[in-house]
Amino acid sequence: MTDFPLIFERSVPGRRGHGLPEPDVPDRPLEELVPPQALRTRLPHLPEVSELDVVRHYTGLSHRNFSIDEGFYPLGSCTMKYNPKLHEEAARLPGFARLHPYTPEEWAQGALRLLWELGEELRELAGMDAVTFQPAAGAHGELVGLLMVRAYFASRGERRTRVIVPDSAHGTNPATAAMVGYEVVTVRSDPRGNLDLAALEAVLDERAAALMLTNPNTLGLFEEQVDRIAERVHAVGAQMYLDGANFNAMVGVTRPGDQGFDVMHMNLHKTFSTPHGGGGPGACAVAVKSHLEPFLPVPVVVREGERYRLDFDRPQSVGRVRAFYGNFANLVRAYAYVRSLGAEGLRAVAEHAVLHANYLRVRLAPYYEIPYDRICKHEFVASGIRQKRRDGVSTKDIAKRLLDYGFHAPTVYFPLIVEEAIMIEPTETESLQTLEAFVEAMVAIDRECREDPERVRTAPHTTPVGRLDEVRAARQPDLRWKPKG
Amino acid sequence: MYPEDYRYSTEHEWAKREDGRVRVGITRFAADRLTDVVYVELPAVGTQVQFMQPFGVVESVKAASDLYAPVSGRVVEVNERLREHPELVNEDPHGQGWMIVVEAEDPSELERLLDADAYRRHIGEA
Amino acid sequence: MRYVPTTPAEREAMLRAIGVRSVDDLFADVPERVRLRRPLRLRPALSDPELLRYLAELAERNGHADRLRCFVGAGAYDHFVPPAVWQLAGRGEFLTAYTPYQAELMQGELQAAYEYQTMVCELLGMEVANASMYDGASALGEAVVMARDLTRRDRVVVSQAVHPEYRQVLRTYTEPLGVRVAELRSEGGVTPPEAGAVDGRIAAVVVQHPNFFGCLEDLRGWAEIAHRAGALLVVACADPLAFGLLAPPGELGADIVAAEDQPLGNPLNFGGPFLGIIATREAFVRRMPGRLVGATVDSRGRRGFVLTLQTREQHIRREKATSNICTNEALNALAAAIYLSLLGPEGVRRVAELCVRKAAYLKSLLAALPGFELAFAAPTFHEFVVRTPRPASAVVRTMAREGFLAGLPLGRFYRGMRDGLLVCVTETRTREEMDEFVEVLGRVAAPRLRAVGGRTR
Repeated sequence: MTDFPLIFERSVPGRRGHGLPEPDVPDRPLEELVPPQALRTRLPHLPEVSELDVVRHYTGLSHRNFSIDEGFYPLGSCTMKYNPKLHEEAARLPGFARLHPYTPEEWAQGALRLLWELGEELRELAGMDAVTFQPAAGAHGELVGLLMVRAYFASRGERRTRVIVPDSAHGTNPATAAMVGYEVVTVRSDPRGNLDLAALEAVLDERAAALMLTNPNTLGLFEEQVDRIAERVHAVGAQMYLDGANFNAMVGVTRPGDQGFDVMHMNLHKTFSTPHGGGGPGACAVAVKSHLEPFLPVPVVVREGERYRLDFDRPQSVGRVRAFYGNFANLVRAYAYVRSLGAEGLRAVAEHAVLHANYLRVRLAPYYEIPYDRICKHEFVASGIRQKRRDGVSTKDIAKRLLDYGFHAPTVYFPLIVEEAIMIEPTETESLQTLEAFVEAMVAIDRECREDPERVRTAPHTTPVGRLDEVRAARQPDLRWKPKG
Repeated sequence: MYPEDYRYSTEHEWAKREDGRVRVGITRFAADRLTDVVYVELPAVGTQVQFMQPFGVVESVKAASDLYAPVSGRVVEVNERLREHPELVNEDPHGQGWMIVVEAEDPSELERLLDADAYRRHIGEA
Repeated sequence: MRYVPTTPAEREAMLRAIGVRSVDDLFADVPERVRLRRPLRLRPALSDPELLRYLAELAERNGHADRLRCFVGAGAYDHFVPPAVWQLAGRGEFLTAYTPYQAELMQGELQAAYEYQTMVCELLGMEVANASMYDGASALGEAVVMARDLTRRDRVVVSQAVHPEYRQVLRTYTEPLGVRVAELRSEGGVTPPEAGAVDGRIAAVVVQHPNFFGCLEDLRGWAEIAHRAGALLVVACADPLAFGLLAPPGELGADIVAAEDQPLGNPLNFGGPFLGIIATREAFVRRMPGRLVGATVDSRGRRGFVLTLQTREQHIRREKATSNICTNEALNALAAAIYLSLLGPEGVRRVAELCVRKAAYLKSLLAALPGFELAFAAPTFHEFVVRTPRPASAVVRTMAREGFLAGLPLGRFYRGMRDGLLVCVTETRTREEMDEFVEVLGRVAAPRLRAVGGRTR
C-alpha cells in the first residue's frame, strides 16, 4: 500500500494552477524598482500542480479527517457541538469577509454595530459590565484577563505576585499566569471534586492577585461553594477569574457575574458554536465588572446615539494583544448563534447539554469507573482504571478503539487528577439515537477488553493509518519535506 | 537494581563519586516512569550547578521533568551521546545513560542524599 | 428548539433513566443564591430568513473591498483569493474538526499542516516553521519572548518602522516579564543599521521587512550587528508574498521570523481571523511556541503525521511552557497551503512582481500629482507613503465618498505625519483603477481646491 502523496510529490515542473493576470502597466526593468541585491536568487520549492491536482489533493485529505459534520465528537472540554451552516453563509457575506480593518469608521458601521450588539448580549449572559473581543482564542483571553488584573493592582499601587489555580485546571491557566509574570500556586480538589476551601484558605493572602477557576470545573462538576470562594478571595482583595471554557453548562441558569467573578473569558468557538477549523481559529470575549473596565485592550467599541466608533483614548488600557479588533468572522457566527436561539433557546442549550451528559454518565456507569459519580453538568469524567487493572488495556487503547467504531474519542488523560481519565462531553446538539450508539460502542469495547484485549491494544484497525510512532517523531523531528538531492 | 555505592535524590537522580568528581544521571525508576525518553536538555560544560536546583530537563513524548543537581559545582563533562541517543537513558540509566559530571564544591552534600536502601524505600520497592 | 434535537418524550425518557424528575433537578448543585431568577434580557430570537436578512443589512452598511476600491494595506492585504481556496478549506471535514488529538483519524489536517510548515520555510528561507499563531502581531510578541529565553537577556531594540500595532503588542507581551524595549529611529523610511544600538545586554533586534512604510530594510546589515553582539535578529513580516521576489529573511541572517500569512489566500475579515506564523532555526525549535506537526510512521511502516515536540506546550509543561497558546489558526493555515499550491513558485513570483510593478506605476503618478510628494526615496515593495496637501485623514474620508479606500492616514501613529498616507497596490488593482484614483485624488484633494474644499462635501 502506498502512502497518500504529499502535494510536493504531485509536482511536475512547469505545471500551473493559477489564472493570474499579466502586468497592465508600463514595463520597466525590475532593477529600477528593486535593488538587485534585495532580489531572491532561487524560487521557493513550492509544488507545481494544476488546479485539479490541488482540488483532488485537498479533497483526498478531507476524506482523511474526522469532523462534527461526519460524526459524534465527545471531546470533553472542547464542546464539539453542531456548527450551523447559516453562520458560514453570513460570515462570507462580502460586507464582512471583504471588509478591510482600516476602513474609516463611518464605512464600517454595520460591523461595529454587530460588535456592539454582540457585546450587549454577552454582557447580559455573563452578568458583567463590559466586554472586549480582541483575543483570538481562550488562552489569549486568559492573557487579556490577567493583564487587566495586573493593571488594576498597579493602578492601586499594589504589586501582587501570585495566581492560584486548582489542580484540575487547564494547562493554559498556569501557563498564562507565568506569561504575566505571576508565580503559580496550585490548590487541590476535595473528595467531592470541588475546590478544597480549606486548602484555598491556607494559601490565600494579600500576595494573591487572582484565583483562576473553571466552573463547571474540568471534572464537569459545578463548584457548589463558588460564592463562598468568591467571598474569601475578595476578602484578601484578590480577583476572581473565570475560565469560561465550560460556560455552555450554565447559560441562562446562573451568571458568572452573579457568582462573584470579576473577569471571565468565553470561548466563542465552544459555547457559541463557531467552528474549530481543525485547531483554530477560535474567537473569544473577555467580560469584566466595571472596576476592570478602564483596563480593557484598545480599541473598545462605543455607541454614540445611532453611531458606533472605536475608542482608542483609554489611558489605563493594557494595550493590545493582537493587531486590529479580534476574530471578527467568528464573531459574526457567534452573533448569528445568539440571535437564532434567544433567551429561551440559550437556556435550552445548557439544559440539554447537562441532560445529555448525565444520561451518558448513568448509561456508562455499569461498565466504566466514574470517580465522582454525582449529577454532573455538561460533561463528566470516567476512568479506564478498571479495564487497565483487569485486562491490561489502557485508556489510550480504548480511545483508539473507539475510532474503529466511527466515533471521535473523548478527551483522555485530563484532568490530571483522575487516573486513566476519559472526559466525555456529548453537547446538546446530539440526538438520543447518537448517544445510544456511543453507549453501545463503549459497552462493546469493554467486552472486547475482557475477551480480546489484543484487538483493543493494537487499535485502531480501520483508520487510514495505524497507531503512529510518536517517540520516533519526537526523537528525530521531521518537521518539513525536503526536496531530493 | 540500584547500585549500593551510588547516592540518590528524592527527585530520582543518582550521584556516583569518582575521585573529586560526581557523575549524575536519573534512576531506573524515573526512566521507567517517563517511558521512552526522547530528549535530554543538558547544560554546557563550565556551567555552575547548585545542590537540588534544576540543571536540565528530560523529556518523553507526554512528559517533561526537571533534573536536579545532587551536588553543587562546575559541570566538567556532558554526555554528548544522549543528543543522538536519548534512548540510552531507558536502556542503561545507571550506566551509559549518565548525564553530567560535576566537579563538586562540597562532596559532603552527597551525605544529605539517600543511600540505595533508603531510595528503594522511597519508591516503594524495598 | 433550534439546534437541539431532543423531543419532549425523549427528554422524559432520559430524565427517568437518570433517576430525576425534572431538568431543574439536574441543577440542584447550583446554589440558590447565585441562580438567575428572571429570563435573560436578550434581543428576540430570529427565524433563519429574518436573521440572514438582518445580517445582510448590516454587511451592506460596510464599505467593503468590492464596493470601495482598496488602496489600503498596512498589515491586511487585498490579494486575489482563487475560489478553489475556500471551496476546499471550507469543506465541513476541515471546518468542523477539532485539534488533531487523535492523529490516526486526522491525517488530513495533520498532513496539510506539515505541507504548510514546509511551504512557509521555503517562502521565508527558514529551517522550521510552526503550524500557526494567532496573527503576525502576537507572533512577534511571542518571538521576542522566545529570543529573551534563548539569549537569557532582557532588553530588545525595535525599529519604529515596525507596524505600530505590532509594536504595541510586543510591549504588552514583554512588559510583565521585565523586558526593556527601546526604539530604533527610522530615517528616510528605513532603519539604518547602527552598531552602537546593540550591545551584550540586547536579546533581539526587531525590524520589519518590507517595513510598515513599505520600504526595504537592510537585514544583512542588522544581522551582522546583532550577531556580533550575541543578539538575535527577529524579523516581522506583514506580507510574505514579498518573498516571491525578494530575498527571504532566512538568507539574510534572520534568526526568528514572525509573519502574518493572511495575504496567502485569507480574506480581510475586518482584521480577523488572520494567520500568524513563527519560523526559526532548527537549533531553536525547542524554544518555539505553538503546535508543530512532524512526519513519522505507523505500526506497519506507513508514513503518517502527528503533533510533536509537545513538551514545549501548556498542556504538558503548564507554567514552564514556551507559551500559553492552545487554539491556533489551523484552518487559515490550510487555506494558505492551498493558495500556495495553486500559485506554485512561478505564481508567487508573478504576484510579487505584479505588486511591485503596479505600486511603482501608482507611485510615479502620485509623485507627479501637484501637491503630493513621496515621503521617502528608499525602494519599496507594494506600499509607500505619500505626503498629501490636506490632512491624510480628510483625504481618506473624501476619497471613500468617491468609491476608494485611499490608504491609511499615519497621523494616528506617528507624530508629524498628519499628511502621511500609506498607500498599497496589490495585483488586484488595475491600471484603470489607478488612473482613476489619481484623477479623483487630483480633483478632490489637490491644493488648488483647498479654497473651495467645502464644495467637495
